[in-house]
Amino acid sequence: MNKIVADSMEALAGITNDMTLMVGGFGLCGIPENAIAALVKLGVTGLTCISNNAGVDDFGLGLLLQNKQIKKMISSYVGENAEFERQMLGGELEVDLIPQGSLAERCRAGGAGIPAFYTPAGYGTEVAEGKEVKDFNGKPHILESALTADYALIKAWKGDRHGNLIYKGTARNFNPVMAMAGKITIAEVEELVEPGELDPNFIHTPGIFVQRIFEGSHYEKRIEQRTVRQQQSLS
Amino acid sequence: MLDRNGIAQRIAQELQEGWYVNLGIGIPTLIANYIPDGLNVEFQSENGILGMGPFPFEDEEDADLINAGKQTITALAGASIFDSATSFAMIRGQHINLTVLGAMEVSDTGDIANWKIPGKMVKGMGGAMDLVASADNIIVAMSHTNRKGASKLLKQCSLPLTGVKCVKKIVTNMAVLDVTPEGFKLIERAPGVTVEDIKAATEGRLIVDGDIPEMRIA
Repeated sequence: MNKIVADSMEALAGITNDMTLMVGGFGLCGIPENAIAALVKLGVTGLTCISNNAGVDDFGLGLLLQNKQIKKMISSYVGENAEFERQMLGGELEVDLIPQGSLAERCRAGGAGIPAFYTPAGYGTEVAEGKEVKDFNGKPHILESALTADYALIKAWKGDRHGNLIYKGTARNFNPVMAMAGKITIAEVEELVEPGELDPNFIHTPGIFVQRIFEGSHYEKRIEQRTVRQQQSLS
Repeated sequence: MLDRNGIAQRIAQELQEGWYVNLGIGIPTLIANYIPDGLNVEFQSENGILGMGPFPFEDEEDADLINAGKQTITALAGASIFDSATSFAMIRGQHINLTVLGAMEVSDTGDIANWKIPGKMVKGMGGAMDLVASADNIIVAMSHTNRKGASKLLKQCSLPLTGVKCVKKIVTNMAVLDVTPEGFKLIERAPGVTVEDIKAATEGRLIVDGDIPEMRIA
């Protein structure tokens, strides 16, 4: 198996206007920085983006918003982005807000061949409007459908040409479930290694879920909330 | 009256040995500063870590290690990291022993509203709806009244709901209350706060049964 493509532009081949994309990451942690930059360059518009967040004004999916490439966002939390707010209030951007756990499970279900599932999350709230309600063990649940995407853009720490991936720290987040749910999944990694270098016992995403892989470059890894504690003084 | 730290300190007294705990953003985050000595609890952050440690020292921040508030954190020895679906399996599957989160309104039947104010920018519910719908044990940490002085403990929530009939206990700057089928049951008063003060600040049904002790905050 050799799924390696030369760079981010080659990786995005086939992405056209009005497609649905999943984009991994939580906040700015574990986002596919190179693929997002390439999408800006590619200039495709009318995109539906499924991503937990929408980046910040000048980084992450915020770059696509600035460029007016996104028609609809499907997210759980979108609070850190003024351009997002402007487009949403102006009616330029459709937004579908989904409880975070339901979003993750809908992606997982999409990749796992489960068309829908019942969850208690959102019962009795506006999230439940128009959805089937069913009691299990005396507790009401709502029916949520699976999500899939034309392309999933994900980011891992290390990967090999078979598409096997491992993630680092909490940069894992939505990446593994979105890898499963993309019809074509494009993985960018910080380090491309030879097959066999990754211990099969510790693979997070098996290569079967990945169609294209490339080594990214110039990772900025921007931190949204830099919080530190004071060094204890030496006495 | 308690300040934010006092509320966190009082809630820390509810923690029990061996518990896995999810702390929301704001006052709940402060609870980690008041864990009783010798008590083993592990904090989960829903973006995908169990065994979350304190903030890193300066220059040791790792962009790949954050909590659900997007703050840089550390991982303690024995921590584990997982994807978002696994994280919410822990939550939905009721493996988490306690969830503490803030609220804008709570009703005397345990409904909670904390994600949306009509007419204002909607940021989204994040993981709050999953957390409140599934947790066996939910404590709300909040001020008793809003900035205009109006009660946040209501007969019925006026804001869009995050979850229904889910809150079990509320710790405010004025009181500790349990949510019971008959309404808010007053358990403790904050230092310097009278039962009359609490009655005046509580719009929902309030049950005052006998003498109400004052909280003990070390």
